[in-house]
Amino acid sequence: MIGFFNDMKTLTRRNLLRLIRTPEVLIFSTIQPVLFVILFDSVFGGSISPLGFDSYTDFLIPGIMVQTAMFASINTGIGVAEDMEKGAIDRFRSLPISRLAILFGRTNADSVRTLAVSIVVVLTGLLFGLRLTENLGSILLGVVLSVLFANSIQWAFVLMALLVRSLEGVQAVAFLPTFPLVFAASTFAPVENMPGWLQVFAEYQPVTTTVDSVRGLFFGSEVLEASGGSLATSITLTVMWIVVIFAVFASLSVWRFSKN
Amino acid sequence: MAAQNPSFESLASGDAIIEARNVSVNFGDVHALIDASLTVPEGQVRGLLGPNGAGKTTLVNVISTLLSPTSGTALVNGFDVTKQGKQVRSIIGLAGQYAAVDNLLTGRENLEIVGSLYQLSRSEAKAQANDVLERLSLTEAADRPVKTYSGGMRRRLDLGASLVGRPKVLILDEPTTGLDPRIRIELWDFLKDLVTEGTTVLLTTQYLEEADALADEITLIDSGRVIAEGTPSALKEKIGGSSLVLATRNSAEIAEAARLVAAIGNAEPVIDEDKASLSMHVDSDSGAIVQAAQALDSAGIAVSELALQSPSLDEVFLRLTKGGN
Repeated sequence: MIGFFNDMKTLTRRNLLRLIRTPEVLIFSTIQPVLFVILFDSVFGGSISPLGFDSYTDFLIPGIMVQTAMFASINTGIGVAEDMEKGAIDRFRSLPISRLAILFGRTNADSVRTLAVSIVVVLTGLLFGLRLTENLGSILLGVVLSVLFANSIQWAFVLMALLVRSLEGVQAVAFLPTFPLVFAASTFAPVENMPGWLQVFAEYQPVTTTVDSVRGLFFGSEVLEASGGSLATSITLTVMWIVVIFAVFASLSVWRFSKN
Repeated sequence: MAAQNPSFESLASGDAIIEARNVSVNFGDVHALIDASLTVPEGQVRGLLGPNGAGKTTLVNVISTLLSPTSGTALVNGFDVTKQGKQVRSIIGLAGQYAAVDNLLTGRENLEIVGSLYQLSRSEAKAQANDVLERLSLTEAADRPVKTYSGGMRRRLDLGASLVGRPKVLILDEPTTGLDPRIRIELWDFLKDLVTEGTTVLLTTQYLEEADALADEITLIDSGRVIAEGTPSALKEKIGGSSLVLATRNSAEIAEAARLVAAIGNAEPVIDEDKASLSMHVDSDSGAIVQAAQALDSAGIAVSELALQSPSLDEVFLRLTKGGN
Protein backbone atom coordinates (compact mmCIF):
# COMPACT_ATOMS: atom_id res chain seq x y z
CA MET A 1 0.00 0.00 0.00
CA ILE A 2 2.84 2.40 0.88
CA GLY A 3 4.43 1.34 -2.39
CA PHE A 4 1.27 2.25 -4.28
CA PHE A 5 1.16 5.76 -2.79
CA ASN A 6 4.85 6.38 -3.44
CA ASP A 7 4.57 5.20 -7.03
CA MET A 8 1.42 7.24 -7.54
CA LYS A 9 3.19 10.32 -6.18
CA THR A 10 6.19 9.80 -8.45
CA LEU A 11 4.02 9.27 -11.54
CA THR A 12 1.77 12.22 -10.70
CA ARG A 13 4.91 14.33 -10.42
CA ARG A 14 6.11 13.05 -13.79
CA ASN A 15 2.83 13.97 -15.48
CA LEU A 16 2.70 17.40 -13.83
CA LEU A 17 6.29 18.10 -14.94
CA ARG A 18 5.21 17.25 -18.48
CA LEU A 19 2.31 19.70 -18.17
CA ILE A 20 4.57 22.49 -16.97
CA ARG A 21 6.96 21.81 -19.85
CA THR A 22 4.20 22.36 -22.40
CA PRO A 23 3.02 25.88 -21.53
CA GLU A 24 1.42 26.23 -24.97
CA VAL A 25 -1.04 23.45 -24.10
CA LEU A 26 -1.80 25.10 -20.76
CA ILE A 27 -2.32 28.49 -22.37
CA PHE A 28 -4.66 27.14 -25.03
CA SER A 29 -6.64 25.08 -22.56
CA THR A 30 -7.18 28.36 -20.67
CA ILE A 31 -7.97 30.50 -23.71
CA GLN A 32 -10.71 28.13 -24.86
CA PRO A 33 -12.99 28.53 -21.81
CA VAL A 34 -12.35 32.28 -21.72
CA LEU A 35 -13.45 32.45 -25.36
CA PHE A 36 -16.52 30.38 -24.50
CA VAL A 37 -17.45 32.74 -21.68
CA ILE A 38 -17.22 35.75 -24.00
CA LEU A 39 -19.09 34.10 -26.88
CA PHE A 40 -21.91 32.46 -24.94
CA ASP A 41 -22.42 35.44 -22.68
CA SER A 42 -22.65 37.82 -25.65
CA VAL A 43 -24.68 35.54 -27.93
CA PHE A 44 -27.19 34.03 -25.48
CA GLY A 45 -27.06 36.62 -22.68
CA GLY A 46 -29.67 38.79 -24.40
CA SER A 47 -32.20 36.06 -25.12
CA ILE A 48 -31.99 33.70 -22.15
CA SER A 49 -33.02 34.85 -18.68
CA PRO A 50 -33.00 31.74 -16.50
CA LEU A 51 -35.54 31.66 -13.71
CA GLY A 52 -34.03 32.57 -10.32
CA PHE A 53 -30.72 33.99 -11.58
CA ASP A 54 -29.68 37.66 -11.46
CA SER A 55 -27.96 37.42 -14.84
CA TYR A 56 -27.15 34.97 -17.62
CA THR A 57 -23.46 35.33 -16.63
CA ASP A 58 -24.26 33.85 -13.20
CA PHE A 59 -26.09 30.99 -14.90
CA LEU A 60 -23.37 30.46 -17.51
CA ILE A 61 -20.13 30.35 -15.49
CA PRO A 62 -20.84 27.06 -13.63
CA GLY A 63 -21.86 25.57 -16.99
CA ILE A 64 -18.64 26.65 -18.71
CA MET A 65 -16.61 25.38 -15.76
CA VAL A 66 -18.10 21.88 -15.95
CA GLN A 67 -18.04 21.86 -19.76
CA THR A 68 -14.33 22.77 -19.74
CA ALA A 69 -13.60 20.04 -17.20
CA MET A 70 -15.51 17.50 -19.34
CA PHE A 71 -13.68 18.40 -22.55
CA ALA A 72 -10.33 18.45 -20.74
CA SER A 73 -10.88 14.90 -19.53
CA ILE A 74 -10.47 13.76 -23.16
CA ASN A 75 -6.81 14.72 -22.71
CA THR A 76 -6.51 11.97 -20.12
CA GLY A 77 -7.35 9.38 -22.76
CA ILE A 78 -5.01 11.05 -25.22
CA GLY A 79 -2.23 11.03 -22.62
CA VAL A 80 -2.67 7.31 -21.89
CA ALA A 81 -2.73 6.50 -25.63
CA GLU A 82 0.39 8.59 -26.19
CA ASP A 83 2.25 6.86 -23.36
CA MET A 84 1.26 3.49 -24.80
CA GLU A 85 2.38 4.41 -28.31
CA LYS A 86 5.71 5.80 -27.13
CA GLY A 87 6.54 2.80 -24.97
CA ALA A 88 6.41 4.74 -21.67
CA ILE A 89 3.72 2.44 -20.29
CA ASP A 90 5.74 -0.67 -21.16
CA ARG A 91 8.73 0.83 -19.39
CA PHE A 92 6.66 1.56 -16.28
CA ARG A 93 5.09 -1.88 -16.41
CA SER A 94 8.54 -3.47 -16.47
CA LEU A 95 9.41 -1.76 -13.17
CA PRO A 96 8.67 -3.23 -9.73
CA ILE A 97 5.75 -0.87 -9.11
CA SER A 98 2.07 -1.05 -8.43
CA ARG A 99 0.63 -0.97 -11.94
CA LEU A 100 -2.48 0.80 -10.71
CA ALA A 101 -0.27 3.76 -9.88
CA ILE A 102 0.39 4.30 -13.61
CA LEU A 103 -3.28 5.08 -14.26
CA PHE A 104 -3.85 6.99 -11.02
CA GLY A 105 -0.74 9.10 -11.66
CA ARG A 106 -2.34 10.18 -14.92
CA THR A 107 -5.81 11.04 -13.57
CA ASN A 108 -4.34 12.82 -10.53
CA ALA A 109 -2.17 15.12 -12.64
CA ASP A 110 -5.00 15.85 -15.04
CA SER A 111 -7.30 16.68 -12.13
CA VAL A 112 -4.76 19.19 -10.82
CA ARG A 113 -4.77 20.84 -14.23
CA THR A 114 -8.57 20.85 -14.34
CA LEU A 115 -8.60 22.50 -10.92
CA ALA A 116 -6.30 25.26 -12.15
CA VAL A 117 -8.35 25.88 -15.30
CA SER A 118 -11.62 25.86 -13.28
CA ILE A 119 -10.26 28.63 -11.07
CA VAL A 120 -9.34 30.63 -14.19
CA VAL A 121 -12.92 30.22 -15.47
CA VAL A 122 -14.37 31.60 -12.21
CA LEU A 123 -11.91 34.52 -12.20
CA THR A 124 -12.79 35.30 -15.83
CA GLY A 125 -16.45 35.20 -14.84
CA LEU A 126 -15.78 37.82 -12.15
CA LEU A 127 -14.39 40.12 -14.85
CA PHE A 128 -17.61 39.65 -16.81
CA GLY A 129 -19.92 40.51 -13.93
CA LEU A 130 -20.29 37.18 -12.13
CA ARG A 131 -21.64 37.82 -8.60
CA LEU A 132 -20.95 34.97 -6.19
CA THR A 133 -23.27 35.17 -3.19
CA GLU A 134 -22.17 32.20 -1.06
CA ASN A 135 -19.08 32.03 1.21
CA LEU A 136 -15.64 30.99 -0.02
CA GLY A 137 -15.91 27.49 1.46
CA SER A 138 -19.11 26.80 -0.47
CA ILE A 139 -17.61 28.20 -3.67
CA LEU A 140 -14.48 26.06 -3.33
CA LEU A 141 -16.69 23.03 -2.68
CA GLY A 142 -18.45 23.78 -5.96
CA VAL A 143 -15.12 23.89 -7.82
CA VAL A 144 -13.92 20.69 -6.15
CA LEU A 145 -17.18 18.85 -6.92
CA SER A 146 -16.78 19.77 -10.59
CA VAL A 147 -13.17 18.50 -10.55
CA LEU A 148 -14.21 15.24 -8.87
CA PHE A 149 -16.88 14.76 -11.52
CA ALA A 150 -14.26 15.37 -14.23
CA ASN A 151 -11.98 12.87 -12.50
CA SER A 152 -14.64 10.16 -12.77
CA ILE A 153 -15.16 11.00 -16.45
CA GLN A 154 -11.38 10.82 -17.00
CA TRP A 155 -11.58 7.11 -16.14
CA ALA A 156 -14.04 6.59 -18.99
CA PHE A 157 -11.40 8.02 -21.32
CA VAL A 158 -8.67 5.92 -19.73
CA LEU A 159 -10.75 2.86 -20.58
CA MET A 160 -11.38 4.20 -24.07
CA ALA A 161 -7.62 4.64 -24.61
CA LEU A 162 -6.90 1.12 -23.33
CA LEU A 163 -9.48 -0.29 -25.73
CA VAL A 164 -8.77 1.87 -28.79
CA ARG A 165 -4.99 1.87 -28.23
CA SER A 166 -4.22 4.84 -30.46
CA LEU A 167 -4.10 8.58 -30.04
CA GLU A 168 -6.05 9.26 -33.24
CA GLY A 169 -8.64 6.68 -32.22
CA VAL A 170 -9.28 8.38 -28.89
CA GLN A 171 -9.54 11.79 -30.58
CA ALA A 172 -12.03 10.42 -33.08
CA VAL A 173 -14.27 8.59 -30.61
CA ALA A 174 -14.11 11.01 -27.67
CA PHE A 175 -16.54 13.61 -28.97
CA LEU A 176 -19.37 11.10 -29.47
CA PRO A 177 -20.30 10.74 -25.78
CA THR A 178 -19.03 14.19 -24.77
CA PHE A 179 -21.15 16.43 -26.99
CA PRO A 180 -24.63 15.10 -26.13
CA LEU A 181 -23.74 15.04 -22.43
CA VAL A 182 -22.51 18.64 -22.42
CA PHE A 183 -25.15 20.19 -24.69
CA ALA A 184 -28.25 18.19 -23.77
CA ALA A 185 -27.91 19.49 -20.22
CA SER A 186 -28.51 22.63 -18.20
CA THR A 187 -25.00 23.79 -19.16
CA PHE A 188 -25.94 26.72 -21.41
CA ALA A 189 -29.74 26.90 -21.28
CA PRO A 190 -32.46 25.82 -18.81
CA VAL A 191 -33.74 22.25 -19.26
CA GLU A 192 -37.40 23.39 -18.96
CA ASN A 193 -37.30 24.94 -22.45
CA MET A 194 -36.15 21.73 -24.17
CA PRO A 195 -38.53 19.38 -26.01
CA GLY A 196 -40.17 16.83 -23.71
CA TRP A 197 -38.29 13.75 -24.95
CA LEU A 198 -34.96 15.48 -24.37
CA GLN A 199 -35.92 16.80 -20.91
CA VAL A 200 -36.22 13.21 -19.63
CA PHE A 201 -32.56 12.65 -20.49
CA ALA A 202 -31.31 16.15 -19.75
CA GLU A 203 -32.78 16.53 -16.28
CA TYR A 204 -31.06 13.66 -14.50
CA GLN A 205 -27.88 13.12 -16.48
CA PRO A 206 -24.62 13.79 -14.61
CA VAL A 207 -23.60 17.01 -16.37
CA THR A 208 -26.90 18.66 -15.41
CA THR A 209 -26.76 17.50 -11.79
CA THR A 210 -23.14 18.67 -11.48
CA VAL A 211 -23.77 22.07 -13.08
CA ASP A 212 -26.86 22.54 -10.89
CA SER A 213 -24.93 21.58 -7.75
CA VAL A 214 -22.24 24.13 -8.59
CA ARG A 215 -24.91 26.78 -9.16
CA GLY A 216 -26.45 26.00 -5.78
CA LEU A 217 -23.04 26.14 -4.09
CA PHE A 218 -22.17 29.45 -5.83
CA PHE A 219 -25.50 31.29 -5.39
CA GLY A 220 -27.51 29.35 -2.78
CA SER A 221 -30.24 26.72 -3.06
CA GLU A 222 -32.86 29.40 -4.03
CA VAL A 223 -31.65 29.58 -7.63
CA LEU A 224 -32.49 25.89 -8.03
CA GLU A 225 -35.75 26.07 -6.09
CA ALA A 226 -37.03 28.72 -8.51
CA SER A 227 -37.38 25.96 -11.11
CA GLY A 228 -38.50 23.22 -8.74
CA GLY A 229 -35.12 21.74 -7.76
CA SER A 230 -32.96 21.87 -4.65
CA LEU A 231 -29.29 21.87 -3.79
CA ALA A 232 -29.63 18.75 -1.64
CA THR A 233 -31.16 16.74 -4.50
CA SER A 234 -28.57 17.92 -7.02
CA ILE A 235 -25.64 17.18 -4.74
CA THR A 236 -26.98 13.74 -3.79
CA LEU A 237 -27.49 12.81 -7.44
CA THR A 238 -24.07 14.20 -8.40
CA VAL A 239 -22.23 12.28 -5.68
CA MET A 240 -24.07 9.14 -6.73
CA TRP A 241 -23.10 9.70 -10.36
CA ILE A 242 -19.44 10.33 -9.44
CA VAL A 243 -19.28 7.16 -7.34
CA VAL A 244 -20.98 5.02 -10.00
CA ILE A 245 -18.98 6.41 -12.95
CA PHE A 246 -15.71 6.09 -11.05
CA ALA A 247 -16.47 2.59 -9.80
CA VAL A 248 -17.49 1.29 -13.23
CA PHE A 249 -14.79 2.88 -15.37
CA ALA A 250 -11.88 2.72 -12.93
CA SER A 251 -12.46 -0.97 -12.26
CA LEU A 252 -12.94 -1.77 -15.96
CA SER A 253 -9.77 0.20 -16.77
CA VAL A 254 -7.78 -1.59 -14.10
CA TRP A 255 -9.11 -4.95 -15.30
CA ARG A 256 -8.26 -4.14 -18.92
CA PHE A 257 -4.84 -2.80 -17.98
CA SER A 258 -3.79 -5.81 -15.90
CA LYS A 259 -5.00 -8.14 -18.64
CA ASN A 260 -2.28 -6.85 -21.02
CA MET B 1 17.89 -33.64 -26.53
CA ALA B 2 17.83 -35.26 -23.11
CA ALA B 3 14.68 -36.85 -21.76
CA GLN B 4 12.49 -34.44 -19.82
CA ASN B 5 13.08 -36.02 -16.43
CA PRO B 6 11.91 -33.54 -13.78
CA SER B 7 14.78 -34.20 -11.39
CA PHE B 8 17.37 -33.69 -14.12
CA GLU B 9 15.62 -30.57 -15.22
CA SER B 10 15.90 -28.92 -11.83
CA LEU B 11 19.57 -29.88 -11.65
CA ALA B 12 20.22 -28.46 -15.09
CA SER B 13 18.61 -25.15 -14.18
CA GLY B 14 20.93 -24.67 -11.20
CA ASP B 15 22.99 -21.83 -12.61
CA ALA B 16 20.47 -20.59 -15.18
CA ILE B 17 19.21 -17.11 -14.45
CA ILE B 18 16.72 -17.01 -17.32
CA GLU B 19 14.83 -20.13 -18.15
CA ALA B 20 11.92 -20.26 -20.56
CA ARG B 21 10.29 -23.66 -20.99
CA ASN B 22 8.07 -24.46 -23.95
CA VAL B 23 6.62 -20.98 -24.13
CA SER B 24 3.81 -20.46 -26.64
CA VAL B 25 1.97 -17.21 -27.26
CA ASN B 26 -1.09 -16.89 -29.46
CA PHE B 27 -2.66 -13.62 -30.49
CA GLY B 28 -6.01 -14.91 -31.72
CA ASP B 29 -5.14 -17.15 -34.66
CA VAL B 30 -1.60 -15.88 -34.89
CA HIS B 31 1.01 -18.11 -33.27
CA ALA B 32 3.64 -15.57 -32.29
CA LEU B 33 5.70 -18.07 -30.32
CA ILE B 34 5.60 -21.85 -30.58
CA ASP B 35 7.14 -24.00 -27.86
CA ALA B 36 10.15 -21.75 -27.41
CA SER B 37 12.71 -22.72 -24.78
CA LEU B 38 15.69 -20.69 -23.69
CA THR B 39 18.25 -21.16 -20.92
CA VAL B 40 20.69 -18.38 -20.13
CA PRO B 41 23.40 -18.93 -17.49
CA GLU B 42 24.23 -16.09 -15.12
CA GLY B 43 26.67 -13.52 -16.48
CA GLN B 44 26.17 -14.48 -20.11
CA VAL B 45 25.31 -12.21 -23.00
CA ARG B 46 22.72 -14.00 -25.07
CA GLY B 47 21.76 -12.75 -28.48
CA LEU B 48 18.25 -13.44 -29.66
CA LEU B 49 18.54 -13.20 -33.39
CA GLY B 50 15.83 -13.31 -35.99
CA PRO B 51 14.12 -11.39 -38.77
CA ASN B 52 11.30 -8.92 -38.21
CA GLY B 53 8.22 -10.59 -36.81
CA ALA B 54 10.10 -13.73 -35.76
CA GLY B 55 8.82 -13.55 -32.18
CA LYS B 56 11.86 -12.01 -30.46
CA THR B 57 9.95 -9.19 -28.83
CA THR B 58 7.16 -11.56 -27.82
CA LEU B 59 9.64 -13.79 -25.99
CA VAL B 60 11.27 -10.76 -24.36
CA ASN B 61 7.87 -9.48 -23.27
CA VAL B 62 7.06 -12.82 -21.65
CA ILE B 63 10.39 -12.85 -19.80
CA SER B 64 9.97 -9.25 -18.65
CA THR B 65 6.39 -10.00 -17.43
CA LEU B 66 4.72 -7.65 -19.92
CA LEU B 67 2.87 -10.52 -21.57
CA SER B 68 1.44 -13.74 -20.15
CA PRO B 69 2.28 -16.83 -22.19
CA THR B 70 -0.60 -18.86 -23.59
CA SER B 71 1.24 -21.95 -22.36
CA GLY B 72 4.63 -22.80 -20.90
CA THR B 73 6.56 -21.10 -18.11
CA ALA B 74 9.46 -18.76 -17.71
CA LEU B 75 11.64 -18.23 -14.64
CA VAL B 76 13.98 -15.33 -13.96
CA ASN B 77 16.34 -15.92 -11.06
CA GLY B 78 13.97 -18.71 -10.02
CA PHE B 79 10.89 -16.46 -9.95
CA ASP B 80 7.93 -17.37 -12.12
CA VAL B 81 7.08 -14.52 -14.51
CA THR B 82 3.33 -15.03 -14.22
CA LYS B 83 3.06 -15.72 -10.48
CA GLN B 84 5.93 -13.65 -9.09
CA GLY B 85 5.94 -10.76 -11.55
CA LYS B 86 6.95 -8.14 -9.04
CA GLN B 87 10.01 -10.09 -7.86
CA VAL B 88 11.01 -10.58 -11.49
CA ARG B 89 10.58 -6.88 -12.25
CA SER B 90 12.74 -5.89 -9.30
CA ILE B 91 15.78 -7.66 -10.77
CA ILE B 92 15.40 -6.87 -14.45
CA GLY B 93 16.06 -3.75 -16.45
CA LEU B 94 14.31 -3.38 -19.79
CA ALA B 95 15.18 -1.10 -22.67
CA GLY B 96 12.68 -1.35 -25.46
CA GLN B 97 12.62 -1.03 -29.22
CA TYR B 98 11.95 2.66 -29.12
CA ALA B 99 13.57 4.90 -26.60
CA ALA B 100 10.91 5.09 -23.89
CA VAL B 101 12.27 8.25 -22.36
CA ASP B 102 10.29 11.38 -21.82
CA ASN B 103 11.11 14.08 -24.35
CA LEU B 104 9.75 16.88 -22.21
CA LEU B 105 11.79 16.01 -19.14
CA THR B 106 15.54 16.35 -18.73
CA GLY B 107 17.80 13.33 -18.82
CA ARG B 108 18.33 13.57 -15.08
CA GLU B 109 14.60 13.83 -14.32
CA ASN B 110 13.94 10.78 -16.47
CA LEU B 111 16.47 8.70 -14.55
CA GLU B 112 15.41 9.99 -11.12
CA ILE B 113 11.79 9.07 -11.81
CA VAL B 114 12.75 5.56 -12.86
CA GLY B 115 14.97 5.37 -9.76
CA SER B 116 12.04 6.32 -7.50
CA LEU B 117 9.96 3.65 -9.21
CA TYR B 118 12.67 1.11 -8.39
CA GLN B 119 11.77 2.06 -4.80
CA LEU B 120 15.04 3.91 -4.20
CA SER B 121 14.94 6.77 -1.72
CA ARG B 122 15.20 10.27 -3.15
CA SER B 123 18.90 10.60 -2.35
CA GLU B 124 19.68 7.11 -3.66
CA ALA B 125 17.76 7.85 -6.85
CA LYS B 126 19.74 11.08 -7.30
CA ALA B 127 23.07 9.32 -6.72
CA GLN B 128 22.19 6.47 -9.07
CA ALA B 129 21.07 8.91 -11.77
CA ASN B 130 24.36 10.78 -11.47
CA ASP B 131 26.34 7.58 -11.67
CA VAL B 132 24.48 6.33 -14.75
CA LEU B 133 24.72 9.71 -16.50
CA GLU B 134 28.47 9.62 -15.94
CA ARG B 135 28.86 6.07 -17.23
CA LEU B 136 26.94 6.83 -20.39
CA SER B 137 28.76 10.16 -20.98
CA LEU B 138 25.57 12.16 -20.58
CA THR B 139 26.59 14.33 -17.63
CA GLU B 140 26.96 17.41 -19.77
CA ALA B 141 23.48 17.06 -21.29
CA ALA B 142 21.88 15.90 -18.04
CA ASP B 143 19.83 19.02 -17.39
CA ARG B 144 18.62 19.59 -20.91
CA PRO B 145 15.20 18.37 -22.06
CA VAL B 146 15.53 15.07 -23.89
CA LYS B 147 13.92 16.53 -27.01
CA THR B 148 17.21 18.35 -27.64
CA TYR B 149 19.15 15.04 -27.61
CA SER B 150 20.43 13.28 -30.71
CA GLY B 151 19.14 9.80 -31.55
CA GLY B 152 22.22 8.18 -30.10
CA MET B 153 22.02 10.12 -26.84
CA ARG B 154 18.37 9.19 -26.49
CA ARG B 155 19.17 5.47 -26.85
CA ARG B 156 21.95 5.84 -24.32
CA LEU B 157 19.55 7.49 -21.88
CA ASP B 158 17.02 4.73 -22.47
CA LEU B 159 19.74 2.18 -21.77
CA GLY B 160 20.64 4.24 -18.71
CA ALA B 161 17.06 4.10 -17.45
CA SER B 162 17.24 0.32 -17.51
CA LEU B 163 20.42 0.46 -15.40
CA VAL B 164 19.22 2.75 -12.62
CA GLY B 165 17.83 -0.14 -10.58
CA ARG B 166 21.16 -2.06 -10.78
CA PRO B 167 19.45 -5.00 -12.49
CA LYS B 168 20.90 -8.52 -12.37
CA VAL B 169 19.38 -9.14 -15.77
CA LEU B 170 19.38 -6.56 -18.51
CA ILE B 171 16.91 -7.09 -21.34
CA LEU B 172 17.57 -5.07 -24.45
CA ASP B 173 15.07 -5.24 -27.27
CA GLU B 174 16.78 -4.12 -30.46
CA PRO B 175 18.79 -1.42 -28.72
CA THR B 176 20.46 -0.15 -31.88
CA THR B 177 17.68 -0.42 -34.46
CA GLY B 178 17.52 2.72 -36.54
CA LEU B 179 20.85 4.11 -35.40
CA ASP B 180 23.57 4.96 -37.86
CA PRO B 181 26.55 2.57 -37.88
CA ARG B 182 28.94 4.88 -36.04
CA ILE B 183 26.54 5.38 -33.13
CA ARG B 184 25.74 1.68 -33.13
CA ILE B 185 29.38 0.83 -32.58
CA GLU B 186 29.60 3.47 -29.86
CA LEU B 187 26.64 1.86 -28.09
CA TRP B 188 28.26 -1.57 -28.42
CA ASP B 189 31.24 -0.25 -26.50
CA PHE B 190 28.97 0.84 -23.65
CA LEU B 191 27.34 -2.57 -23.66
CA LYS B 192 30.67 -4.38 -23.61
CA ASP B 193 31.65 -2.37 -20.51
CA LEU B 194 28.46 -3.39 -18.77
CA VAL B 195 29.06 -7.01 -19.44
CA THR B 196 32.46 -6.99 -17.79
CA GLU B 197 30.59 -6.15 -14.58
CA GLY B 198 28.85 -9.52 -14.66
CA THR B 199 25.36 -8.45 -15.64
CA THR B 200 23.41 -11.06 -17.57
CA VAL B 201 22.20 -9.58 -20.84
CA LEU B 202 19.46 -10.80 -23.14
CA LEU B 203 19.72 -8.87 -26.35
CA THR B 204 17.44 -9.08 -29.35
CA THR B 205 18.69 -7.94 -32.69
CA GLN B 206 18.17 -8.33 -36.40
CA TYR B 207 21.80 -7.47 -37.02
CA LEU B 208 24.10 -10.44 -37.30
CA GLU B 209 27.20 -8.38 -36.74
CA GLU B 210 25.69 -7.10 -33.52
CA ALA B 211 25.07 -10.60 -32.21
CA ASP B 212 28.52 -11.64 -33.45
CA ALA B 213 30.18 -8.68 -31.73
CA LEU B 214 28.40 -8.88 -28.38
CA ALA B 215 26.92 -12.28 -27.68
CA ASP B 216 28.54 -15.25 -25.98
CA GLU B 217 25.81 -17.44 -27.36
CA ILE B 218 23.12 -16.89 -29.94
CA THR B 219 19.60 -18.22 -30.14
CA LEU B 220 18.17 -18.07 -33.63
CA ILE B 221 14.46 -17.61 -33.83
CA ASP B 222 12.21 -17.63 -36.86
CA SER B 223 8.43 -17.75 -37.33
CA GLY B 224 7.97 -18.15 -33.59
CA ARG B 225 10.29 -21.12 -33.21
CA VAL B 226 13.80 -21.50 -31.85
CA ILE B 227 15.69 -22.96 -34.81
CA ALA B 228 19.30 -23.03 -33.63
CA GLU B 229 21.43 -22.19 -30.64
CA GLY B 230 25.12 -21.97 -29.89
CA THR B 231 28.21 -19.80 -29.84
CA PRO B 232 28.74 -17.68 -32.95
CA SER B 233 31.61 -19.94 -34.04
CA ALA B 234 29.60 -23.11 -33.41
CA LEU B 235 26.79 -21.74 -35.52
CA LYS B 236 29.20 -20.92 -38.30
CA GLU B 237 30.58 -24.42 -37.99
CA LYS B 238 27.07 -25.76 -38.32
CA ILE B 239 26.84 -25.00 -41.99
CA GLY B 240 30.30 -26.53 -42.22
CA GLY B 241 33.33 -25.72 -44.32
CA SER B 242 34.25 -22.49 -46.01
CA SER B 243 33.88 -20.76 -49.31
CA LEU B 244 36.57 -20.75 -51.93
CA VAL B 245 36.40 -17.43 -53.72
CA LEU B 246 38.29 -16.60 -56.87
CA ALA B 247 38.26 -14.09 -59.70
CA THR B 248 40.08 -14.35 -63.01
CA ARG B 249 41.87 -11.48 -64.68
CA ASN B 250 40.43 -12.37 -68.05
CA SER B 251 36.68 -12.75 -67.82
CA ALA B 252 36.65 -15.26 -70.65
CA GLU B 253 38.59 -17.69 -68.47
CA ILE B 254 36.12 -17.88 -65.57
CA ALA B 255 34.26 -20.85 -67.10
CA GLU B 256 37.49 -22.80 -67.46
CA ALA B 257 38.48 -21.89 -63.88
CA ALA B 258 35.08 -23.10 -62.67
CA ARG B 259 35.60 -26.45 -64.42
CA LEU B 260 39.00 -26.85 -62.72
CA VAL B 261 37.90 -26.02 -59.17
CA ALA B 262 34.72 -28.07 -59.48
CA ALA B 263 36.92 -31.14 -59.81
CA ILE B 264 38.73 -30.23 -56.58
CA GLY B 265 35.80 -29.42 -54.31
CA ASN B 266 33.19 -31.91 -55.49
CA ALA B 267 30.73 -29.03 -55.45
CA GLU B 268 29.05 -26.77 -57.94
CA PRO B 269 30.72 -23.34 -58.11
CA VAL B 270 28.43 -20.32 -58.23
CA ILE B 271 29.66 -18.11 -61.07
CA ASP B 272 29.24 -14.38 -61.39
CA GLU B 273 30.02 -13.74 -65.09
CA ASP B 274 29.94 -9.95 -64.78
CA LYS B 275 32.63 -9.87 -62.12
CA ALA B 276 34.49 -12.85 -63.58
CA SER B 277 34.35 -14.43 -60.14
CA LEU B 278 33.02 -17.56 -58.49
CA SER B 279 32.53 -18.99 -55.05
CA MET B 280 32.31 -22.62 -54.07
CA HIS B 281 31.62 -24.46 -50.85
CA VAL B 282 34.61 -26.53 -49.66
CA ASP B 283 35.53 -28.46 -46.51
CA SER B 284 37.54 -26.33 -44.12
CA ASP B 285 40.77 -28.35 -43.99
CA SER B 286 40.75 -29.97 -47.39
CA GLY B 287 43.67 -28.00 -48.77
CA ALA B 288 41.36 -26.90 -51.55
CA ILE B 289 42.97 -23.51 -51.90
CA VAL B 290 46.42 -24.97 -52.54
CA GLN B 291 45.08 -27.42 -55.09
CA ALA B 292 43.10 -24.66 -56.79
CA ALA B 293 46.19 -22.46 -57.01
CA GLN B 294 48.22 -25.26 -58.56
CA ALA B 295 45.51 -26.24 -61.03
CA LEU B 296 44.94 -22.66 -62.16
CA ASP B 297 48.66 -22.02 -62.45
CA SER B 298 49.32 -25.06 -64.62
CA ALA B 299 46.37 -24.13 -66.84
CA GLY B 300 47.91 -20.68 -67.22
CA ILE B 301 44.91 -18.81 -65.83
CA ALA B 302 45.80 -15.53 -64.16
CA VAL B 303 43.75 -14.78 -61.04
CA SER B 304 43.08 -11.41 -59.43
CA GLU B 305 41.66 -12.94 -56.25
CA LEU B 306 41.90 -16.31 -54.59
CA ALA B 307 40.77 -16.76 -51.00
CA LEU B 308 39.16 -19.05 -48.48
CA GLN B 309 36.37 -17.36 -46.53
CA SER B 310 34.82 -18.73 -43.39
CA PRO B 311 31.05 -18.39 -43.51
CA SER B 312 29.56 -15.22 -42.11
CA LEU B 313 26.68 -15.41 -39.69
CA ASP B 314 24.64 -14.06 -42.58
CA GLU B 315 25.07 -17.33 -44.39
CA VAL B 316 24.10 -19.28 -41.27
CA PHE B 317 21.12 -17.07 -40.86
CA LEU B 318 19.96 -17.35 -44.44
CA ARG B 319 20.41 -21.10 -44.46
CA LEU B 320 18.48 -21.65 -41.27
CA THR B 321 15.67 -19.15 -41.60
CA LYS B 322 13.13 -19.99 -44.20
CA GLY B 323 13.29 -16.55 -45.82
CA GLY B 324 16.33 -17.13 -47.96
CA ASN B 325 18.41 -19.94 -49.34
